[in-house]
Amino acid sequence: MTLNEVQEKIVAEFSVFDDWMDKYSLLIDYGKGVPAIDPKFKTNEYLIEGCQSKVWLRSEFDGQLIRFSADSDAIITRGIVGLLIMVLTGRTPDEIIGADLYFIDKIGLRQNLSPTRSNGLLAMVRQMKLYAIAYKSKSN
Amino acid sequence: MKTIEEIRADFPILSRKVYNRPLVYFDNGATTQKPLCVLDAVREVYTEYNGNVHRGVHIMSDLTSEAYENAREKVRSFINAGKREEIIFTSGTTGSINSVAFSYGERFVKPGDEIILSTLEHHANIVPWQMMCERKGASIRVIPVNDRGEILLDDFLKLLSPRTRLVAITQVSNALGTIVPVKEITDAAHSAGVPVLVDGAQGIQHDVVDVSSLDCDFYAFSGHKIYGPTGIGVLYGKEKWLTELPPWQGGGDMVDKVTFEKTTYNELPFKFEAGTTNYAGAIGLAKALDYVLGIGMQYIAGREKMLLAYATEKLSEISRLKIYGDSANKIAIISFLIDNVHQYDTGMVLDKLGIAVRTGTHCAQPVMQRFGIDGTVRASMCFYNTTGEIDALCSGIEEVIRMFS
Repeated sequence: MTLNEVQEKIVAEFSVFDDWMDKYSLLIDYGKGVPAIDPKFKTNEYLIEGCQSKVWLRSEFDGQLIRFSADSDAIITRGIVGLLIMVLTGRTPDEIIGADLYFIDKIGLRQNLSPTRSNGLLAMVRQMKLYAIAYKSKSN
Repeated sequence: MKTIEEIRADFPILSRKVYNRPLVYFDNGATTQKPLCVLDAVREVYTEYNGNVHRGVHIMSDLTSEAYENAREKVRSFINAGKREEIIFTSGTTGSINSVAFSYGERFVKPGDEIILSTLEHHANIVPWQMMCERKGASIRVIPVNDRGEILLDDFLKLLSPRTRLVAITQVSNALGTIVPVKEITDAAHSAGVPVLVDGAQGIQHDVVDVSSLDCDFYAFSGHKIYGPTGIGVLYGKEKWLTELPPWQGGGDMVDKVTFEKTTYNELPFKFEAGTTNYAGAIGLAKALDYVLGIGMQYIAGREKMLLAYATEKLSEISRLKIYGDSANKIAIISFLIDNVHQYDTGMVLDKLGIAVRTGTHCAQPVMQRFGIDGTVRASMCFYNTTGEIDALCSGIEEVIRMFS
């Protein structure tokens, strides 16, 4: 699936629900599917600043594609990072750098994206793009 | 005497809905909602008589100046200060404490000196002192608390020494709700010749505050936490201190004579009110004080005690919930965690159920560290809240437990 096809799939799944409790239940389910970060990487080095809950995010690059793993001590936050990983993992640096993550808006998570909002969705997106930029400059 | 329905009707925002549910506002420790009369008072400033204070030759300036000085008198009588000169308008509690930390530090603090704070302090009553201590080569000593979140007075007495320059202590813990025995602390500090600043940010709105009988040297509070506008606060300081302290800001209105060689300062309180002050905020604050006086501070204290007792009983019935801070003497704040559920998850779900609580460290990380946690969920109630809203919170928590188990 392309990056945008994954986004469309997520939007379709969330669009079934009007009630926020149902949307959160779905987020919790996504959280369970997050590729777990190896506990030895749950260190400050991989901690994303700016989150009220702790989020650890790690990436690996095989020269072509970037893969992410993550964890959070809050389950909803793990669901949010899980959605981001679903969309962005296994992509090239250019795909990630250029990704327009419109699904966040469409499923109603946009209020969580504001820079002052403490769950740090913005910080997660920024960190994933920074990894992509770093890998791109390294492989060039 | 107004009924609770009539009181709630005074606050238009309390009847709004969020996510199609009735708003349950339990974040009064962060900021309180405003009664219509406060909004009207601020609006009236700008629609009827706005002019800059203490400057004009014209009637608009005179009217605004008169209302502003009446607001100062209202604050003075509300906290029973001796003189209107002892009431300085600031931007808020944070502004008040920073100002004292700066000026007091410049005038009185030397290398090796100590400032005593407590574990319960909000960052606003920690960081300004740290900044000053770094500048002056002084250090901070901390009064510990017990497992209930109560100040250990004996330990405080041991910390007092000839090196102590000042005690800065909160009246009420914003994170746990503990009411601190500030009178005992002030008396003990004074016996050692040490002045006391009381951070009243969480104290002013819940019971009668009388700075004369308390005898504290400084008292700071914010307008927005006592149903007034944001951006206005108060610093009360005893005249003897305010006379001795150098001003913290320079500008217009705070001066007597200015030449490029030398400036002499205006009298109190204007010496500490450089530039155009937030006079509309001050006038709004005075109206808020009128409002709570009309409701009655005793009534407010009594009703909040009832809400605290009800909430404590109901929340204690939830087996997976743990309350942090059960001081014998506390305001209507319940700080809690649900077993195995992150505070942020709890807060996110409660939000979508229309219940506004605060999650995190509440700008009081040392007290969280004391209890070995990295945050709590805080429900902070005030007199316009109801037992029905507490029931809604309990149902919300049950829903959270269902979702995350």
